[in-house]
Parts: sequence; C-alpha cells; structure tokens
Amino acid sequence: MDKKHEEHQLIGYGTYIMVWLALLILTGLTITVAGLNLKNFAIVAAICIAGFKSMLVLNYFMHLKFESALFKNMVYITLFTLVIIIGLTFTDISFR
Amino acid sequence: MNQSADLVMEKHFDPVGARVGMWLFLFTELLLFGGLFLLYAIYLNKYPDEFHYASSQLDQFVGALNTIILLTSSLTMVLSVGALQRKARNLSILFLVITFLLGTAFLVNKYFEWGAKIHHGIYPNSPELLQHPQGEVIFYGLYYTMTGLHGLHVIVGMVIMLFLLVFIGRKRSTVMTMAHTNLERFLGKSITLSGPKNQKIWQSEPISEDIQEVKLVFKGIVTEEKINSNIVKLENSGLYWHLVDIIWIFLFPLFYLIAM
Repeated sequence: MDKKHEEHQLIGYGTYIMVWLALLILTGLTITVAGLNLKNFAIVAAICIAGFKSMLVLNYFMHLKFESALFKNMVYITLFTLVIIIGLTFTDISFR
Repeated sequence: MNQSADLVMEKHFDPVGARVGMWLFLFTELLLFGGLFLLYAIYLNKYPDEFHYASSQLDQFVGALNTIILLTSSLTMVLSVGALQRKARNLSILFLVITFLLGTAFLVNKYFEWGAKIHHGIYPNSPELLQHPQGEVIFYGLYYTMTGLHGLHVIVGMVIMLFLLVFIGRKRSTVMTMAHTNLERFLGKSITLSGPKNQKIWQSEPISEDIQEVKLVFKGIVTEEKINSNIVKLENSGLYWHLVDIIWIFLFPLFYLIAM
C-alpha cells in the first residue's frame, strides 16, 4: 500500500507552471493563426494546436506520462475509436 | 505489565483501481462530446459561410478570457493535488478555493455572454433566429448545446470541489470505547497517556466499580490514511476538471475563431 504511493512520483510545481505558460502561449498562437485568414487551413491549424494543448494537459496535468501502459493504451483505444467514428462518417458524407 | 491490543484498521485502498474507473468514466464523456464535435464538423462542412458569419458574431474577447481562466484553473487544480501529495493540507485547500473561484469567474462570463446573445433575440427557436439562414440556426443550436453542456460540466466540477473542501478540511474525532465487560480486568488501575519517550502525559483516576465505560476521544486528527484517501479523491476530481478544460480547448477555436 505504502509502496504504491512512493511509486507515484511527485512532479515539481515548476513543471506545472511551465506547462501552464506553454498552454497560454499556444492559446495566443491559436488566436494569431486564426487572424491570418488562412481559409481552410485555419481550421486544420486550430485543431492541431488544440490537439497539442490537449497532449500537454493529458501528459502533465492528468499525469498520463507517468502512468503505466494500461492507462496509455486505454487512452489510445478511446482516441482510435473516436477517429474511426469521425473518419467513417466523413467518408460517408464526402461520397454522397 | 504491558497489555496492548493492536487496533488493525484494514480498509479497502486501491488508488490505481480508482483511477482506472475515473478514466473509464472520462472516456464516456469524451465520446459524448466527440459525437457533438462530429455534428459540428459535418455542419461546418455543409454550411461553411453561414458558420463563419455566425462565428464572427460571437465575442472573441470573452472566449479568449474564458480560455485563460480555465487553463489557469487547471493549473491551480493540479497544484492543489501536488500540495496534498506533499501533505500540505492548507495550501491544497487554498489552491482548491482559487480553482473554485476561477470556475465561478468562467460561469459569470458565460452568463453575460449568453445574456447578451439572448438579449439580441438569438437563442434556440427564437423568432429572430429562425429568420436567419439555416446554417446560422444550426451554428447557434450547436453553440448553445455544446457550451451549455460544457458549462454544466463546470458546475458539476465545482460542486465536487465543494465536497472535496469538506473532505480535506474536516478534522475528524476518533473515539475509542472500552465497555463494561472489558473494564473488570482493569479495576483499580488507571489509564495513562505516554509520549514517544514513555514520558507520562496524563493519568486518569483509578477505575472503580461504578465506571461503566471508558471513552477516549482524539479530537482534530488528520490521519495518514485520511490524507491518502483524500489524495485519491482529489486526483480523480482533478482528472475530471482537466477533461472539462480539454473540451474547452477545442470549443474555443471552433466556435470563436473560425471567422477571424
């Protein structure tokens, strides 16, 4: 019981603050990119940046980086499922 | 004579199992919002111009401000977890209160933002909105549904935080009771409290026959087990709060920025 708790390593406050700063900078980047008027590319860029921000939140704030393979695989399976659902729907609507 | 009885308190304690359960729940949330994002993507594909126009009518500044508020609240949430892991209860409570206040600020902004839109007659099924093109009606329908559902999650997260504040802030009293039947053995003896170096802290009167019960009350105790079980609760609530943050990370550019 106690051993498990020791395994759960502590992450420094500084790391969290760095991640937060990165998230703020990326938010600024999203707004800047949206202002560039890139038309179709804008939505792709916005989703890419949002995806990157989510990875930061998942890995550091939600500790996924420090979890065992079980947790990582569960997340991969879920994201994979989501990608299939969205991908298949789009193949449907694009070829109607 | 040294009579001692070990009080073994075995409680089910499985932090990893609890986290697995929390993640599984979060996946259902992800698929719930995933379905709505899919709906958004399909209609954006179908009505790109109307979506761009409707999006330009939203307040980008409030959207950006709420993004910063929510990202910061995620930071204070994770700091609260980190503080409790270091057994710093008061610091953990402070960060949790800040997180709660940031959640409130988010909702207040949302209230004014929605209020302004509704004031202009833009709300689902409103006579004003129904005169707009079909794509705009759908955009606002999705806007109210998705930010509304997200706002509901923020409220739920804040209610959970209130519970956590009680759990972490509460100092329990532990009562140990010796009943009449056990006391016969100790007739004439007295109860002594001694410190770590066996120094006597307190001694009771000798136990006489008319004493029916001995109660030892330890007030204001925060045990290691209590903190550990609270860490598990706080961590899992944190996971929920961060997921709500992630959903907003996607909502913000999709609703507020596509028109810029």
